[in-house]
Amino acid sequence: MNLAEQQKHHVRLPDGSIEKTTTTLNLGPTHPATHGVFQNILELDGERIVSAEQTVGYIHRAFEKIAERRPLYQITPLTDRLNYCSSPINNMGWHLTCEKLLGVQTPKRVDYLRIIIMELARISDHLICNSVIGVDTGAFTGFLYVMQYRELIYEIYEEVCGSRLTTNIGRIGGFERDFNDIAFRKLEKFLKEYPAVLKEFENLFARNRIFMERTMGAGPISAERALNYGFTGPNLRAAGVDYDVRVHTPYSSYEDFDFNIPVGKTGDVYDRFLVRNQEMWESLKLIEAAYRKVQDMKGTAADVYHADVPEYYLPAKKDVYTKMEALIYHFKIIMGEIDMPAGEVYHAVEGGNGELGFYLISDGGRAPFRLHFRRPCFIYYQAFSELTKGSMLSDAIIVMSSLNLIAGEMDA
Amino acid sequence: MSLTNQHVIQRLQENFGDSLSGFEEPYGFLTFIAPKELNLKVLQFLYDDQELRFQFLTDITAVHYPDRKGEELAVVYHLHNLVDNIRLRFKVFTNIETPDVYSATALYASANWMERETYDFFGVNFVGHPDLRRILNVDEMDYFPMRKEYPMEDQTRIDKDDEMFGRGGHYDYGNINDDQGNTIPESEQGKDTYPV
Repeated sequence: MNLAEQQKHHVRLPDGSIEKTTTTLNLGPTHPATHGVFQNILELDGERIVSAEQTVGYIHRAFEKIAERRPLYQITPLTDRLNYCSSPINNMGWHLTCEKLLGVQTPKRVDYLRIIIMELARISDHLICNSVIGVDTGAFTGFLYVMQYRELIYEIYEEVCGSRLTTNIGRIGGFERDFNDIAFRKLEKFLKEYPAVLKEFENLFARNRIFMERTMGAGPISAERALNYGFTGPNLRAAGVDYDVRVHTPYSSYEDFDFNIPVGKTGDVYDRFLVRNQEMWESLKLIEAAYRKVQDMKGTAADVYHADVPEYYLPAKKDVYTKMEALIYHFKIIMGEIDMPAGEVYHAVEGGNGELGFYLISDGGRAPFRLHFRRPCFIYYQAFSELTKGSMLSDAIIVMSSLNLIAGEMDA
Repeated sequence: MSLTNQHVIQRLQENFGDSLSGFEEPYGFLTFIAPKELNLKVLQFLYDDQELRFQFLTDITAVHYPDRKGEELAVVYHLHNLVDNIRLRFKVFTNIETPDVYSATALYASANWMERETYDFFGVNFVGHPDLRRILNVDEMDYFPMRKEYPMEDQTRIDKDDEMFGRGGHYDYGNINDDQGNTIPESEQGKDTYPV
């Protein structure tokens, strides 16, 4: 490689070298940090990354194509499997999109209960992401330590809908059933115990010299570049832009609450970690406020858990088994024999890792004519090569985990 | 005063005259159609204009409308002005035989993968894209799976016709019918009876 070529590839060869001395390394798909699907072909000069090229991996399961042949309710289970670390947010996002199309107004109690569930999901999402950054820098303790609180969140889901990971928690108009006492007791337990744990988790990392040395300055991105790359969510906010869908385009009564949008400065891994941590505090605030509002409700408003839209809302199972009307509605809704107005809807929610958008085109049929899903992970991963160029090989791992890439969402 | 949809429409019409059409606001979301030759000019104008500042590209995708002869594919851009918090959507229509649309990668880095995805699923040829390859499907694939002629289900099934989905089965996906609307048995189907 001659000097001009060396400069072109930003490679510095030892004196006397006559040929290429960079190494091509496949980071993944079987590396533990690459979720078993992502392949990063790195060109290394020693341990320094000269260039990177990434492959998303071929686990595509035709989410959008399948959705073209399914009535609205049959699409819900598909959304669970996108970002499975915070599947309730995907569920809610999907049902909010349907409600927008169908013109369904939800009662306030439903909105607040949804906020509780969505913010719990956000906490569990951030919890995993931040503790995995810890694991990738060599600190396993945090990951094990916080896991019992993710379990507690899953138990709350379980009380509300019966499942833990792929929740299927929402319905058009509200929830399938009301939150029971056990769910509220578990929520109280979470609100009581989690702040101390989060504080301890924060102490374990945020002022830890080794962690700071590893993460500060790793994979930085400027606000301008982040916007140009289409970043949203914590990754954009870490770069200093205070864009949050919950504040800019409020849905599900987020406008009734007062909370801050944490922002970072440099957009490096450390800032992303801190932004996620601070967001967990904000989520706790939101859950507490929403829970108080739910508790304060009196009279009939205190029992409402879905909108009164029998033509869209699935009837309760016990009614389906005992009442003819309920059985007929159940059948009609599940088979998609409901009128869906023609129209185009774009609805975005603030997912665990950024703006999660549903673009739904209905031609008046029973299944969407076209459904497109704006997946934040897919958009972040594109920036991986720019974020890691010139950094050390070990930084590539933590950059990847700090972007919070979820394979199921990226390759929908 | 914050930006309104009406003002955006007015600025666009001042600049592009009658070439933009189909202004609508479904669910408050400003939508219009631009000729495909103008897609970059519209994007550039929306990006540069000091008032409009649509500098955030939320999404690019495509839609296949088999019934619109001569403009079967629509490429849809979703833009966002983060300062005034206003969103906008515009579509460019292209012929499915020559689906050439100018690439927006020079303006938005995010357009790169979004366009690759759109190419992968719909076969839209983004002219000027630096690296137009498949991204979610394998390279060996020789068709564009999100087009309407490729059904999910087994094409010989008659219980999964589009009629079941309120569409009257006229897109010919689901099963193959002859001129009278009768289902052609699988054994008699030649490969060329599949719509291409």
